[in-house]
Amino acid sequence: MSARLTFLLRLADTSLVLAQRLGEWVGHAPVLEEDLGLANLALDLLGQARLLLAYAGECEGRGRSEDDLAFGRDGAEYVNVALAEQPNGDFGMTIVRQVLLSAYQLEVYEALQHSSDARLAQIAAKAVKETRYHLRYAGGWLVRLGDGTAESHARVQAALDALWRFTAELFAGDAIDREMAEAGIAPPLEQLRAGWLRRIVPVLEQATLRRPADVPYRWHGRRGEHTEHLGYLLAELQYLYRAHPGAVW
Amino acid sequence: MSDANDAVWPLYEVFVRARAGLEHKHVGSVHAVDARMALEHARDVYTRRQEGVSLWVVKSADITASDPAEADALFEPARDKIYRHPTFYAIPDEVKNL
Repeated sequence: MSARLTFLLRLADTSLVLAQRLGEWVGHAPVLEEDLGLANLALDLLGQARLLLAYAGECEGRGRSEDDLAFGRDGAEYVNVALAEQPNGDFGMTIVRQVLLSAYQLEVYEALQHSSDARLAQIAAKAVKETRYHLRYAGGWLVRLGDGTAESHARVQAALDALWRFTAELFAGDAIDREMAEAGIAPPLEQLRAGWLRRIVPVLEQATLRRPADVPYRWHGRRGEHTEHLGYLLAELQYLYRAHPGAVW
Repeated sequence: MSDANDAVWPLYEVFVRARAGLEHKHVGSVHAVDARMALEHARDVYTRRQEGVSLWVVKSADITASDPAEADALFEPARDKIYRHPTFYAIPDEVKNL
């Protein structure tokens, strides 16, 4: 498997898995407007995943479509960051996960706009606009909840404490990332952390939230080593495709 | 999604400008805790199909409406004043877009 293919799948899977998680809110959000808001985020992310998976399929050169890649790969072949697959929890947990990931995706996509890979730069340029809104939306909610009632504050602080340990993986570049950086395709991951913090820290301060301590342990979703939550998510995502191979409308 | 939220979240009226140069038109309303959230809800509810390039939101409570009971007194007197319509002028053919 080429480095570029793995790199594309990591981006695509992170968006796809997060889209699926947000989709779980449909029909369950606190109010109608938030139901639509979360679904809009999910659809943006699904759109990103489709563009990236279609391109990944072409890079692979084995004739696999975006659907084949989304529905035909097992958990160990999924290479999303582990943060994306973490369960929705309460609304505050979903919002914290979204702030952390949207700020990350924004850093990544902004850099990828200048990629030497023109196709990837084009996909990134579209995604940047969507992701800016995602961060605005989720950031607004984080401030509202963090600086809200005693209960809303306690819930988002607990969510932040629970999810922060997954953020180390976001910037832990490996051989694939180095190869991409050398080819001018992607930025060195480690360099994105400072910009990510510049986006996150002011929001946390405004939300009166305490930034948790960094932990050295790294999850490795990007290597296909996942938390136990991904399997259940994929079972729901892939059920129809696998039960009825080749089914069409 | 319960009506209990009505008491907590005020209603905002939403206005969308379809294209640059056109006026903002009233399209509906959303619930939100503040103006920023109202804009985001308006965006998510009313501009999903490229309906607009600009949004206004205003608290429904801030709108002063005319009383339907006074409609006769307010609007009837205009009925017999058709000379106020600019339909008595001959428009030259050279004038476009009037």
